[in-house]
Amino acid sequence: MNIHEYQAKELLKSFGIPIPRGVVVHSPDEARDAAKSLGGHLFVVKAQIHAGGRGAGHYSGEPACSGVRLVKTPDEARTAAYEMLDRTLITRQTGPQGRVVRKLYIEEGCPIERELYFSMLIDRAERCIVIVASEAGGMSIEDVAEKMPDKIRKVAIDPALGLADHQSRELATRLGLHGSQIHQFAEIVRSAYTAFTTLDAALIETNPLVVLKDGSLLILDAKMAFDDNGLFRHKAILELRDPNEEDPREQEAARFGLSYVGLDGTIGCMVNGAGLAMATMDIIHEEGESPANFLDVGGGASKEKVSAAFRILLGDSRIEGVLVNIFGGIMRCDVIADAVISACREVGLHVPLVVRLAGTRVEEGMALITNSGLNVIVATDLGDAARKIVAAVRARRTA
Amino acid sequence: MSILVDHNTKVIVQGFTGAQGTFHSQESLAYGTKIVGGVTPGRGGESHLGLPVFDTVEQAQQELKADATVIFVPPPGAADAILEAIANDIRLIVCITEGIPVQDMLRVRMELNRSSSLLIGPNCPGVITPDACKIGIMPGPIHRRGHVGIVSRSGTLTYEAVAQTTAVGMGQSTSVGIGGDPIKGLDFVDVLEMFLADPETESIIMIGEIGGTSENDAARLLQDSHIKKPVVALVAGITAPPGRRMGHAGAVISGGEDTAAAKIEVLRSAGIHIAPTPADLGTTLQTVLRG
Repeated sequence: MNIHEYQAKELLKSFGIPIPRGVVVHSPDEARDAAKSLGGHLFVVKAQIHAGGRGAGHYSGEPACSGVRLVKTPDEARTAAYEMLDRTLITRQTGPQGRVVRKLYIEEGCPIERELYFSMLIDRAERCIVIVASEAGGMSIEDVAEKMPDKIRKVAIDPALGLADHQSRELATRLGLHGSQIHQFAEIVRSAYTAFTTLDAALIETNPLVVLKDGSLLILDAKMAFDDNGLFRHKAILELRDPNEEDPREQEAARFGLSYVGLDGTIGCMVNGAGLAMATMDIIHEEGESPANFLDVGGGASKEKVSAAFRILLGDSRIEGVLVNIFGGIMRCDVIADAVISACREVGLHVPLVVRLAGTRVEEGMALITNSGLNVIVATDLGDAARKIVAAVRARRTA
Repeated sequence: MSILVDHNTKVIVQGFTGAQGTFHSQESLAYGTKIVGGVTPGRGGESHLGLPVFDTVEQAQQELKADATVIFVPPPGAADAILEAIANDIRLIVCITEGIPVQDMLRVRMELNRSSSLLIGPNCPGVITPDACKIGIMPGPIHRRGHVGIVSRSGTLTYEAVAQTTAVGMGQSTSVGIGGDPIKGLDFVDVLEMFLADPETESIIMIGEIGGTSENDAARLLQDSHIKKPVVALVAGITAPPGRRMGHAGAVISGGEDTAAAKIEVLRSAGIHIAPTPADLGTTLQTVLRG
C-alpha cells in the first residue's frame, strides 16, 4: 500500500526526521493562505499523487507545466495551484493515462547546498533490510544506476544486530558529509530504521535528502510503501489509504480479498493462484488473443468471492469471453463449480464461458457444471481451455 | 529414494483443529501420510481425528518425536509457529500460510540460519513423495510415483506440472512447492541440489515466475554442477505488465534481471529446456528424454 508524500513526511516527522514546514491544500485560495501562514520568500507547490517523477512530469496538454513548482509569493502560489489542481499529471511512473491531482502540498522553500538520495527497503536476495544511498540526489535513481553505478551505495542491515550507528557514519563519509552532518545523517538513518521496522514498511525513499547552506540536513521529498501482509497490525496506516489513487475495479476486488489487475485484452480470466493466473494469461496470448485481466481468487474462495469476481469480469464492457481455470488444492472444485453456477444465474452470462477444473474434488465439480443446464464449454486441460475460449470468442465475432 | 520426505516421515500439524488444518489433515491421512498428532494452544489433551492434540510443539515432540511439521496457523501467529518448530529442532517445517508479514519472515530466516531445520514455504502447497508422504494441500490423486523431480514457486502451477507428467506416463520422485513469498525457506538452488544428488530423480521440472532473481541462481547452479540431469523450465508472467513494483529502489536492487524474458534467456543459455507454453511441460520433458 502506498501513501502520499505529505502523509509520509508527517509519519517520518513523528519518528524525529527533520522535514520542511508544509500544509496540504485542496483549492487555490487555500494555497495562497498556506503560503501566507508559512511566511518567507520561496515556496514549493507539489502535486500529491501516488507516483514519483513529478518534477520532471507534465500536465496533459501542457508540456511546460510540471508537478513541482517554485513560487515567490502567496499570490503566485494561488496561480500555480489553479494551474495544477484537478488536472491530469503524467510522469514516467504514472503511465500515459496520468493521474488527476486532487491535493497539493505547499512547503517553505530552502536554500540547498547539496542533494543526496537515501532509501530503505527489503532486499529479497540478501534477506535483509538494505539502505540504498547516493551522492547523486534529486535525479531519478534508475538513471543514476544506469549511468553512474559507482555512485550507488548499498548497506545491508543484519536482522540479528539491527542497524549499527557506525554503518550510518561510514555511509555518511562515503557520501561526502563531514562534521556535524555525519551525526545528523546517522540520526536520520536510525529514525528511518525505527519507522521501517515499527510500521512494517516495504519502502522509505527520500529523494532528495538535502544539505542546506547552514549545514543542516532535511528530507525534501519522501515516499513510503507498506507491506500489505503487515497492515492487519497497523490500523492507523490503513486510515491513510486514498481510494482516489486506486483503480475502482481493483478496489472492488480487494474488498472481497481478490487480487485483480486490469489489462487491455478481451478474455476475462478467473484463476486460483498467481502463477497459474499468469500462465493462463501467457497461454491466451500464445493462442493469439489477449487477456482482459489478471484475477487470482486465492485459496479458500467462497461463493460471495466468486460472484464478486464474476461481476467484476462481466462489468468490463470490452469482455468477449470468460475463462475459468481452477486447479484445486486448498480450493475445492465442487465449491468453485457451485459458486460459478450461482454467479452465472445471478449476474447473467452474455459471453462464452469456458471452465476447466482439476484437482481436489474435480468429479463432484464437473458433475455440478454439466448438470446445471448452463451453456458452459468444458475443457479438460490448460491447453484445451485456451484453445476453446479463443475459438469461442472468434466464432462469436464472426457470427 | 526421494528427497525430503518418504513413507517413514512422521508428521505433526500446527493449527491442527482449525478448518484448513482439519480438512487437509484428513486428506493427508487418507493418502497414507503418517500424521501422528497436532498442536493447538489451549486444546491440549483433546483428541482430534483420532489423534492427540498438544498445547505446544515441545509437549508434542516429547511424546511423538515427529520428523516434520505442517503449519496451518493464520498469518498473525504463523511466523511464531515456525519459530516454535525451529526451537524444537523439527527437521522439516512446511508452512502453508499465505500473508505472513515480510519482516516477520526476516526474523524467521535469521533463526533458520542458526538451526539445522529446513523450511518449505511459507505461502506454498507443500511437499509430496507420491504413494509415500503428502505434507500440504496438493490434490493427492493427480500424482504418480516416478522419476521427475518438480520444484516450483507457484502452487497451482506445481499441480499443472504434476498432472502433465502423470498424463504422459512419467510420474514424480518428489514435488516441492517452495512458495512465492520474497523471504522464504528452501529456494530453487537448495531443492535442485537435492534432486541432482537423488538417484531416483532422473529429470527435473522447475517453474519460476517474474520477480526476484532466484531462477538465475538456479541456472548458475545447474550449469556448474558435475551431475547433469535433463531440466525443463517454465517462467510464468511473460505477458504480465511491468511497473507493478515498489517505487524506484526495487529496480535498483534487482538490476532489471527479474522479468520473465530475462530469466528465460539466462536459463536457456545454461542449457535448460524451456517449455513453449504452460501446457507443454509434460510433452517438452518427454521430447527431451527421447533425445
